[in-house]
Amino acid sequence: MARITASVYSSHIPAVGAAFDHGKTHEPYWQKVFSGYEFSKVWEKQQKPDVVFLVYNDHATAFSLSLIPTFAIMTGPEFQPADEGYGARPVPPVIGHPELASHIASEVIQKDFDLTLVNEIDVDHGLTVPMSCMFGKVDAWPCKVIPFAVNVVQHPVPSGARCFALGQAIRAAIESYPEDLNVQVWGTGGMSHQLQGPRAGLINREWDNAFLDRLIDDPKGLAAMPNIDYVREAGSEGIELVMWLIARGAMSDLRGGPKPKVAHRFYHVPASNTAVGHLILENG
Amino acid sequence: MSLGKEFKDIPGTIVFDSEQSRKGYWLNQFCMSLMKADNRARFKANERAYLDEWKMTEEQKLAVMSRDLNRMMALGGNIYFLSKIGATDGKSFQQMAGSMTGMTEAAYREMMVGGGRSIEGNRKIGEHGDAQGAAPTGKDK
Ligand SMILES: [Fe+2]
Repeated sequence: MARITASVYSSHIPAVGAAFDHGKTHEPYWQKVFSGYEFSKVWEKQQKPDVVFLVYNDHATAFSLSLIPTFAIMTGPEFQPADEGYGARPVPPVIGHPELASHIASEVIQKDFDLTLVNEIDVDHGLTVPMSCMFGKVDAWPCKVIPFAVNVVQHPVPSGARCFALGQAIRAAIESYPEDLNVQVWGTGGMSHQLQGPRAGLINREWDNAFLDRLIDDPKGLAAMPNIDYVREAGSEGIELVMWLIARGAMSDLRGGPKPKVAHRFYHVPASNTAVGHLILENG
Repeated sequence: MSLGKEFKDIPGTIVFDSEQSRKGYWLNQFCMSLMKADNRARFKANERAYLDEWKMTEEQKLAVMSRDLNRMMALGGNIYFLSKIGATDGKSFQQMAGSMTGMTEAAYREMMVGGGRSIEGNRKIGEHGDAQGAAPTGKDK
């Protein structure tokens, strides 16, 4: 049977992707950011996941205002890195897992999570930047990826509670898949940042670290936090952090398993306008 | 159920909801068109003519031509969409975000390196933080 071995949480800042692509990772400013992923790259080489279920959001790249799915699962076989206006990132195409993705969709839709199914889409920095951070520069990604997009652009966006419940349904779906697969679930975006208006540049270090603490120890309580708190405390774009609760909901302590082990934790300010947060939790 | 009033009580912040989205629909869709190189070239060659192809308000077109991001936000723009204009101009997200604060590019960068803008006094309208002032727009200049 397929099993979820770990969940990974990471910011997905576009400037980090640009620094990576333009060979600036050793410049002091960027070195501080990438140092937080040194452990993770080694860890991934040992873990060898078969599939990553990768929760991210599209940033007005593939979804314009003509189509705004709240939750979209990508069931197609392959996805190209998108041209977001600066040219496409020079990273490999993302290979999907249509069978597992369709299985998950079928299972969670029957549990009343009304997902949108997407077969053709270009994936933006929200998906490819964490992959570069976790896997480094590669000719081909070392695993298959099921992209899962959440609307965090137009409010109302889904609540933390809904994301958390969805994560639990996704976990049950993955664990009922008959093939023996090592699956990781990733939640991306955040941490505190605001890209607009006179309050642009907001960073809330204390709130971010409390979020990390609670994500580890009190995910149920954290999931009850209303969306207004994210926007007010972590900035208008800090709302992306609700996506982390999908990944946290997929951990096995929530179905009675042991507490996950914190394999790695990292926090740094700034990368461009944003606080970088990164966490790895292993299932016991 | 419309979005709670508390979303309008954050200083220096416009929350992009269905109302803003309706208001800014064509402004944002125009921005999306700049993802294509051909459209970027046509826009750069004659901004006014290109904007006139879209069902945008005159105010929105003027805000685009003056690159007044705060004004564009007030008129229904969303920052992820508006960033396509910045990309067309060769600007980074940090330059764009900084330009909305009334700070110089260098001062904004310094602030970020120093840990970013503090939340203290910037949670609710009427507190005493540094983001409580009106949005700097081209009209004030
Ligand atoms: Fe994002």
